Amino acid sequence: MTATAGIPATTATAGSVVRWEQVAVRYADADRPALSGLDLAVPSGELCLVVGSTGSGKSTLLRTVNGAVPHTTGGTLHGRVLTAGRDTRDHGPRELADVVGVVPQQPADAFVTDRVEAEIAYGMECLGVPPDVMRRRVEEVLDLLGLVDLRDRALGTLSAGQQQRVALAAAFVTHPQVLVLDEPTSALDPPAAEDVLSAVQRLVHDLGTTVLVAEHRLERVVSFADTVLRVPGDGGPPVAGPAAAVLRGTALVPPVVALGRLLGWDRLPVTVRDARRCAAADPRLAGLTAAGRPDGAADHGAIAVACRGVVVRYGGFEAVRGVDLELAAGTVTALMGRNGAGKTTLLDCLAGLRRPDAGSVTVDGRDPSRVSRREAADLVAFVPADPGDVLLADRVDRELAAADRLAGAVPGTASAVLDDLAGGIARSAHPRDLSSGQRLALALATCLPRRPRLLLLDEPTRGLDYPAKAAAAAMLRGLAAAGHTVLLVTHDVELASVVADDVVVLADGEIVSRGPARQVLTDSPAFAPQVAKVLPGTGLLSVDDVRKALALRSGDGHVAGGGAR
Amino acid sequence: MNRDVTPPLTVPPMTLHPMTLHPVAWWLWALAAASVAARTTNVVLLVLVAVAVGRVVALRRPASGAPAGFGMFLRLALTVVAIRVVLQALFVGSTGATVMFSVPQVPLPAWMAGVSLGGPVTAEAALAAVGDGGRLAVVLLCVGAANTLATPARLLRYLPRGLQAFGLATSVALTAAPALAVAFTRIRKARRLRGLPVGGVRGAVTIVVPVLEEALDRALVTASALESRGFGRRGEMSRGARALSGAALLSGPVLVVAGAYLLLGSRSVPAAVVAGGAGLVAAGLGVGGLGLRLAGSGLVSTRYRPDPWGAPEWVAVAAGAAAAALAGFALPARVAHPDPWSLQPPVLDPAAVLAVALLVVPSLPAFPNWGFPFAGFRFRGFRFKTFRGPAVALRDRP
Repeated sequence: MTATAGIPATTATAGSVVRWEQVAVRYADADRPALSGLDLAVPSGELCLVVGSTGSGKSTLLRTVNGAVPHTTGGTLHGRVLTAGRDTRDHGPRELADVVGVVPQQPADAFVTDRVEAEIAYGMECLGVPPDVMRRRVEEVLDLLGLVDLRDRALGTLSAGQQQRVALAAAFVTHPQVLVLDEPTSALDPPAAEDVLSAVQRLVHDLGTTVLVAEHRLERVVSFADTVLRVPGDGGPPVAGPAAAVLRGTALVPPVVALGRLLGWDRLPVTVRDARRCAAADPRLAGLTAAGRPDGAADHGAIAVACRGVVVRYGGFEAVRGVDLELAAGTVTALMGRNGAGKTTLLDCLAGLRRPDAGSVTVDGRDPSRVSRREAADLVAFVPADPGDVLLADRVDRELAAADRLAGAVPGTASAVLDDLAGGIARSAHPRDLSSGQRLALALATCLPRRPRLLLLDEPTRGLDYPAKAAAAAMLRGLAAAGHTVLLVTHDVELASVVADDVVVLADGEIVSRGPARQVLTDSPAFAPQVAKVLPGTGLLSVDDVRKALALRSGDGHVAGGGAR
Repeated sequence: MNRDVTPPLTVPPMTLHPMTLHPVAWWLWALAAASVAARTTNVVLLVLVAVAVGRVVALRRPASGAPAGFGMFLRLALTVVAIRVVLQALFVGSTGATVMFSVPQVPLPAWMAGVSLGGPVTAEAALAAVGDGGRLAVVLLCVGAANTLATPARLLRYLPRGLQAFGLATSVALTAAPALAVAFTRIRKARRLRGLPVGGVRGAVTIVVPVLEEALDRALVTASALESRGFGRRGEMSRGARALSGAALLSGPVLVVAGAYLLLGSRSVPAAVVAGGAGLVAAGLGVGGLGLRLAGSGLVSTRYRPDPWGAPEWVAVAAGAAAAALAGFALPARVAHPDPWSLQPPVLDPAAVLAVALLVVPSLPAFPNWGFPFAGFRFRGFRFKTFRGPAVALRDRP
């Protein structure tokens, strides 16, 4: 391979920065191509949103842009990809580093230095940018992305949102023609996600950078996108176009699109603003109000979990300051709040991993930190953000058998639970090879045979696409209906809107708002789900709510019992 | 702490910030301090060196985001001394006359003759142990000081270009290690919550495997991130030149080792062998240097905001070198190694005091301004300006 880095190719097609020509990708041991029939171009200066279900080949597509597929990942690339006029067959990632900036999914794993400033400068050092230019650009990008105050900080001490912005700065500072972002907001709370996305938007608008971004939570990004590129994942060719056209007829849609579809609007809305206009024009929505929703724990059974005046200190720092919390049996509560608000510490207390410095925690009348680990596991089950953390075996069936053994349950119990939660999981599969949604189901199935009173879930829907998220929500509702108390920590307001009875918002270790989901989620704009923004003042939170309210009004008998979601 | 030494000088407030030297200067200074410590078992001198090093760290560590590492090294150093003393008391049969107390003696089987467990503990033995352990402890403390004053990541930036890949691998490993510790804690916690055993060999294995899996995933992500950021980008470099640089980088150290073996291999060697050895070492250094140069020449990389090397760096390194030279050549044996077995009290002499004083130089308050006598001073409320040294250029970056 001859090195031609730095010499711009002259074959660039006017107007398009990335061009895929009949591209198909197949990995060595796969039975079907990861990507096929890709024949598109991304025009210069656009923000292109890449959508597709988990495992559809989104990441593969993004990686073809800088030649990481096939140069780094292996596999075979058919057809050709032209990035800034350079053929990726002849140019690997390092030869394309000056035209493509990449922000990987977990930026923390990809950092190669220890300080913010050094990390930002690193790419330019590799490219041989002259020192005075480097200096100037670092200052510019620090201002552009609001990182000035963080310049000397160690990368490990930053929050997830700050790390994401540093990664963005590091990718952007080399002034690439294309920026590739793989799920930039998946680990972020809503305000941090907004920060990152508005930074991205600034790069597109003010500086004309072309941006390719893959994202599951379309509601966060779709309003910024010029083009949507959909990877169908079933072997069909990916398509691109305006959001409304591309998203028509797929299951991967944000709530506003689902709402438009439910109401049969001709022009599918993509943004909350569009939808609000359509809604104002739709006579069916006039005077519609929420109907038949249980309003919080008051209607429910006995209090199963109680925290009273819980205080937790780390050294001189109070992570949790006098939290009172009661959870009724058979309810789902969403615990929200920004990163570092004390959510994890509170979960630790509820799980009995930490004894509060003051106050008490009782689950079913017992303090989980004062009973043996085994008894505590019978009281409280915990599913961490990466469900793989609690899985031990190398096959699904062994995992389930181990769960039965640990619980002292009849062999087959866990397996039956898993079938209830999610059917069709091969028992011979390795847990690591399951999809995120299936792994979540498996992790739940391994703790349910103990019949825990309280289920704790940390970010259960991270990395799930809309159908998988709907399945997970149904799973959680089902568990609550079976009498479990469910407490989930989540940044995802859309999930909270469909699954939670109550919402508790934590800030600085204190509860700043709590109450029925309907009330809390409509109170503040940062936490309002899309439907609530489209139909403010109605108390409607999700598309499902709207469907039920409409049905109730039209007097259909078939929604009787709609109260029990 | 520094307020009582010299009043602040007529310098803009910026320079009163803790000053940071070039990382190479800090490491050389710390090396010098370590060599002073390594030279002696004099407890008083060791304590003085430790205090000097501690003072420099306290006054000169980077203001923001400094690693809390020095405290850890301090604890480690104290542990080393404690272990050394306990081992001496328990295992090594104490000689010496002044018995402080006795530990019950455990009779050992005949085949372990020569080792004794317990018995009388003498002051002489304890003193010897403190001297020995203290030496190692202070050397450790010096490493800790270098680590705190200039993180290894900062130091690695100044490796020759040809060794950049090595430097990068080291710095990635340094950042990955804490991340793995976090992963270990996280997975351990999740398993405990499931009511799974986390102790014992079996428990540890079930945690270590996923942690290693995560490490592997992380390594792949890092590798791909490096690629995509243009790491190792080269201009024109022929395949032949690449092969040549690789060969030179490999054979250089081999030649040096072979030469060193000839030189140091035995006490009495013929002059011809010595000459040959010296020649080999020289050739090895030359070839290695050539390899480094070749390997670096193809890279296009530049360096972002290199730390300046100016007068303060020279002063710090020179002070350290002078201290090391004093300790190496000017310390009489009674100062360097007071005989513990005769309970000789540790004494100091001017050379030892001067060596310690030289080590403290980088902590002098006016040091950033190139030595206070040159910059100005206050006397009875009057402010006297002399002249500003060559190194007054403000250091705006830690």
